[in-house]
Amino acid sequence: MEFRDNKAIYLQIAEYVCEHILLEKWKVDEKVPSVRELAVELEVNPNTVMRTYDLLQNRNIINNKRGVGFFVSDEALANVKSYRKTQFMDEELPVVFRNVYLLNIGFDELETRYNSFVKETFNP
Amino acid sequence: MIKINNLNFGYSKGKLLFKNMSMQLSAGHIYGLLGKNGAGKSSLLKNLAGLVYAQSGTMDVMGYDPAKRQPALLQQICFIPEEFYLPSVKIDAFVKANAAFYPDFDHAYFTALLAEFDIPVTQKLINMSYGQKKKVIIAFGLATQAKLVIMDEPTNGLDIPSKAQFRKIMASVLTEDRCIIISTHQVRDLDNLIDTVIMLDESSIALKASVEEITNKLCFKRVKELDETVIYSEPSLAGFNAVLQNYHQEDSKLDIELLFNAVLAEKNKLKPIFN
Repeated sequence: MEFRDNKAIYLQIAEYVCEHILLEKWKVDEKVPSVRELAVELEVNPNTVMRTYDLLQNRNIINNKRGVGFFVSDEALANVKSYRKTQFMDEELPVVFRNVYLLNIGFDELETRYNSFVKETFNP
Repeated sequence: MIKINNLNFGYSKGKLLFKNMSMQLSAGHIYGLLGKNGAGKSSLLKNLAGLVYAQSGTMDVMGYDPAKRQPALLQQICFIPEEFYLPSVKIDAFVKANAAFYPDFDHAYFTALLAEFDIPVTQKLINMSYGQKKKVIIAFGLATQAKLVIMDEPTNGLDIPSKAQFRKIMASVLTEDRCIIISTHQVRDLDNLIDTVIMLDESSIALKASVEEITNKLCFKRVKELDETVIYSEPSLAGFNAVLQNYHQEDSKLDIELLFNAVLAEKNKLKPIFN
């Protein structure tokens, strides 16, 4: 995984986990990688992954079954979407808006682009 | 796990490298030891391993004084020095001669690490490249299962794939009962592995803080213009890479190189933030 240089690593790992849940690579009620497994895969300190898992537990995206490991929560999909939506609205959208404004891009042009993007990417 | 109290150390009587240094380190962490050339990183590590002796002060490593070099302590210390000598023997002879000093030595794990590092096991150690030798002593050191792992510039000499393997291995060996201290100048090789930064400067510890504490108190980001909230900055393509006091609870990514330069340049501004 390539980390970006402007966001805390534990949050980037949270995005990584959320992405896997949204794409249903990790499904509801399934076990997610252990702290150690994910730390090895991403080449990061296990304490950082633990911080990510604490965050995701607080948001009820994963839960800890004692002695067994971490599992995708029942309401994970809805919770991931609301967590990611807040982040998108607060952090990513302002950057997009800035460029839309600076480059005089019209909303009708954006809408056409958006529709064809969805068509190509998600319903090929 | 480690308690250092009022340590005074120097190689000559008149010139002390550490003055009244005190610090505690606990298990379950990977400490990144940073400092300019000659700041005393290697000397501090050697003090911990009982390889050099302090003029005064006390050191407690897992209940022992390392200067006494008791076997019960030494068998729990894995020390990977920056400069090392390996004899003209093959790996199996090296293991036969040295593994006996470590009662918890894990032969199967050692073999697995050698395979992961792609080491030619039939070759004599002396004929290996520097990087290969380094990988052998890293593999041997970790296979000792020692509770205290000390590494001085471990990624020096490792090729690009080996560095990634090294990071994976280090992520897997950190357990709650192990303390890992890595001194390095190659912070980009290791920055996501280190959870606590220790920085030496001017005979003492200029900073010791966890990554979480650092990023709670400081914010690392690109800014277009400098203002009074900027503690330290360096020019970059799109403005400045800056260290600011984290007034808005932003979750930024620690830039260790920038922090390093900030500590050297703005010690007086940073000290009160961390005390």
